[in-house]
Amino acid sequence: MSDTLTIPSIAPGKHRALGLNPEDLLDMYSKMVLTRVLDQRVWALNRQGKVAIVGSCTGHEGAQVGAAWGMDRSRDIFFTFYRDLCLLLTLGITPKELLLGYMAKAGEPFSGGRMFPGHGVYPKYRVFNLSNVVGAQMTKAVGAALAAKIRREPTVVLVSFGDGATSQGEWHEALNFAGIHRLPVVFLCENNRWAISVPHHKQMAVPDVVLRAPGYGMPGRLVDGTDPLEVLQAVREAAERARRGEGPTLVEAKVERLMPHTSDDDDRRYRPREDLERAKARDPIPRFRSYLMGEGILTEEQDKAIWERAQEEVDKATDEAEKAPFPDPSTLLDHLWATPPGRPKGG
Amino acid sequence: MAVKTVIEAIREAMREEMRRDPRVIILGEDVGRRGGVFLATEGFLDEFGEERVIDTPLAEASIVGIAVGAALNGLRPIAEIQFTDFIWPIVNQLVGEAARHHYATNGQVSVPIVVRSPYGGMVRGGLYHSQSVEGFFAHCPGLKVVCPATPYDAKGLLKAAIRDDDPVLFLEHKRTYRTVRGEVPDEDYTIPIGVADVKREGGDLSVFSYGLTLHYCLQAAEALAREGIQVEVVDLRTVKPLDKEAILTSVGKTGKALIVHEDNLTGGVGAEVAAIIAEEGFTSLDAPVRRLCGPDVPAMPFAPTLEQAFMPTTEKIIEAMRALARY
Amino acid sequence: MPVRVELPHVGETVTEGIIQKWLKQPGERVKRFEPLAEVVTDKVTMELPSPVEGVVVRHLVPEGAKVPMGAPICEIEAAEAPPPAEAPGPPKRPTAVLEEPPPNMVMGPTGLRPRGEPPAPTPPERERPPLSPVVQRLIAEHGITPEEVQRIQGTGLGGRITKQDVLRYLEGRTAAPAPPPPPPPPPAPEAEEEVVPLTPVRRIIAENMARAAREIPMAWSMVEVDVTPLARWREAIKGEFERKEGVDLTFLPFVVKAVVEALKEHPLLNASWGGDKIIVKKRVHIGIAVAAPQGLVVPVIHNADRLSIAGLARAIHEKVQRARQNRLTLDDVQGGTFTVNNTGALGSVLSQAIIAYPQVAILTTERVVKRPVVVDDAIAIRSIMNITVTFDHRALDGHQVGAFMQAVKERLEGMGPHTPLY
Repeated sequence: MSDTLTIPSIAPGKHRALGLNPEDLLDMYSKMVLTRVLDQRVWALNRQGKVAIVGSCTGHEGAQVGAAWGMDRSRDIFFTFYRDLCLLLTLGITPKELLLGYMAKAGEPFSGGRMFPGHGVYPKYRVFNLSNVVGAQMTKAVGAALAAKIRREPTVVLVSFGDGATSQGEWHEALNFAGIHRLPVVFLCENNRWAISVPHHKQMAVPDVVLRAPGYGMPGRLVDGTDPLEVLQAVREAAERARRGEGPTLVEAKVERLMPHTSDDDDRRYRPREDLERAKARDPIPRFRSYLMGEGILTEEQDKAIWERAQEEVDKATDEAEKAPFPDPSTLLDHLWATPPGRPKGG
Repeated sequence: MAVKTVIEAIREAMREEMRRDPRVIILGEDVGRRGGVFLATEGFLDEFGEERVIDTPLAEASIVGIAVGAALNGLRPIAEIQFTDFIWPIVNQLVGEAARHHYATNGQVSVPIVVRSPYGGMVRGGLYHSQSVEGFFAHCPGLKVVCPATPYDAKGLLKAAIRDDDPVLFLEHKRTYRTVRGEVPDEDYTIPIGVADVKREGGDLSVFSYGLTLHYCLQAAEALAREGIQVEVVDLRTVKPLDKEAILTSVGKTGKALIVHEDNLTGGVGAEVAAIIAEEGFTSLDAPVRRLCGPDVPAMPFAPTLEQAFMPTTEKIIEAMRALARY
Repeated sequence: MPVRVELPHVGETVTEGIIQKWLKQPGERVKRFEPLAEVVTDKVTMELPSPVEGVVVRHLVPEGAKVPMGAPICEIEAAEAPPPAEAPGPPKRPTAVLEEPPPNMVMGPTGLRPRGEPPAPTPPERERPPLSPVVQRLIAEHGITPEEVQRIQGTGLGGRITKQDVLRYLEGRTAAPAPPPPPPPPPAPEAEEEVVPLTPVRRIIAENMARAAREIPMAWSMVEVDVTPLARWREAIKGEFERKEGVDLTFLPFVVKAVVEALKEHPLLNASWGGDKIIVKKRVHIGIAVAAPQGLVVPVIHNADRLSIAGLARAIHEKVQRARQNRLTLDDVQGGTFTVNNTGALGSVLSQAIIAYPQVAILTTERVVKRPVVVDDAIAIRSIMNITVTFDHRALDGHQVGAFMQAVKERLEGMGPHTPLY
């Protein structure tokens, strides 16, 4: 199939203006690779019946690694959604921890196997991924930012979501409130133009999500989501703005969804082949690799080593996760109440 | 001891807790400058400031969603929904989200919010200012639902709710706001959530109720005492979780149970109380369990004749009690 | 799918029966209504008819077992469903078969009714609402018998027995001691002893006697009756009576006649103890104690007050015969309001009978003996019959019983050739 789409390379030397050194870039690239390898592994496990559900990250890696690097990973709060595998890995969560979640094993850090993979909370990393209701994270993220402001903490809240979430009423309520009160929120839309099978033009009447930003009293930044450096820059500026008390920003990162919606989806039913081919041309991993090689930061051998290392890490994590036990049925009724109700005992 | 109305008791509870704990904030429509449409938060803006008393946009879902988020990041928000008739958009964040977070995260986080909302009729409120909603929410695991009837209970339970680490839906019968007065201590006290209260002792039959109808039941019991029938009136106070022990103890004593609530009959709190009695109190029963509730129509109508026809009034309660006593 | 046969509910006060003997063994065919087993209830042996035709699969209880009414006792593999309708051929002559009503039904003049006399009315007489769960629990916990339940006054809707009614009854019932502790296990028989197992009838007699002794504070009184005129008269006419009526004319029908009339004047002795009340029976059904080979049985002459002396003689004879042949039905033994025990037939001149629970009195008639007695300050030889009454001192006092006995005595002493037999 002829490819009429020309994907511009990432401008040479871009990283230097951002104050990043080669190790940082290789770290970023490694995380993208690790994401891809883990993603493919859980798809395979799903087809083997060992993983019940996968919401693939493929195509979003660039935006997520960039966004994570744009925030202060040591203290900021992250309200994520189901496609944020690369974001979680970049924050420091391990493949084994995530695989425990994919296999619904006991000891899985987010929810002990009670929720979908990667859903729940990981307090150590300040990650909240509390719902599968699309858009339910929006007002919560804003509330967390409100609390940070009231408590005079220099925390910024990053909340990520897809294009579909921007149609939810609560999405608008969240941006409205954040704008009114100039709350320290970075709204990150990872727009891959597909909400399961509903394409962009049926989701909204405007070509870009970011056009809504002024309506809520905040700046909007439209960025190429397949360029980690561009996303990094936009998110970093937004976070700094927020930290200065200047309020929220809406960042829209145009990305591609290179797999179906989830492992339960068959996108051949609705997605035109040309659309998918064009999307594949915007795969962020080869694009970033090109940049790194062009900058002399990455060689073929190093690249191969990175992929192999990722493979080893994922293999080892898979073995360990497979050996882990499932949650004991006797724990079903645990953790119903934080404050047990009723008569005080022994009183 | 000072005598206060229900609304005064509620206001006092919130004021004391906000003074006591800087993490407590209030958000809702008109709670700040106006002091709330029922003046529940009168004076709060001046005392606690704009940061802690927030006039929100007209967007119920976000009032609770934002409260949840703030609770996840260390605050103890009180979210006011102006009338329970407008509570439906919050079901997503309260039932779908907040009630589940503690369980879903395997106990790692909790959501210490209180959602306060006035409910109930007999105020000529019509379909959109009279709804009772406790039946829907009492069904939800992980959510506490409290319905106080007296000023003493309102203050103690609201304080307990604010200090509780779980989400609590605190429903205030609007008709009791100014018409019910009672003694309320000035000192700090809480009443445990999930514990009922025997408001009147008796041996001939047990009546279970809450909210406005609790007072009607007390009036009915007085009338029946003159006929030699001694009615035990149990104020449930919390409808989720129900105080099973109190329910079964009372039925064990009298053998006859009547449940009275304003909310629609089918699937209401009364159905759960009746099921508990049938299942666990069967051998105490000397008569079938009876429910006297609002009829299964979508709400209390605006016309006064229809409003009266809907309501379980004192007269209707007297008849039901008498029939049960004679069974 | 085998049919489960249950012990049917029979009799108003019977709650259980003893399977005395299986008449059909597993593997045997049985026709519908053919007797399956002999069951003893209330000391009466009855045959249990099979409800279906088929083959007995198995017995669920062994012989000798005591079984509550309604409990399953055996399984029968019912015969095939009736054969399909025959192919149409020439129209057959319609045939008619005269069938007996099923054994648990009786053909009365105006219709078919269940076997078993309707019980003597216990106020209130209308159908009562069922017992609530707490009432059932209290009944079970305190061992209140069905007879007692019948006597509890229901103050609830429609005469319903309420929890309070039961609690009140229990307070009144504290005159009766708590249910007896289980008897100590019997000592194992030694070499010099022989164990005689209890027949079902013996078992029932034992229970009834123990119960009466346990619950009823019994007192006893005796009068002497000079039946000389009666004895002479009876001697004169009994031969012809027996020839004409086919039954012998003992003293008993005369005694029963006197008793029945005296009861009309002293109705308190024709009663039952009801816990917190005395239930006086309006009808008079006299139980006649009979020493039958299987044990003491008490068939009842219903509405004895409507029978003449001859009628009583016939009725007594008929019941006694059947009792001795162990052919009494449940009907025969239920409903008694007062019992007469002809202990004299056994040679006794003085005996102390035990009341037939739950009646309030029992009368014995002792042997007629010629004695020297003082009449008009001279010694005369007279036929003397002692009669005794054992009575429930909760319901009756000595003076009421004494008055009753005087009434009986006077009537008997006044019987002679002028007394109508019919």
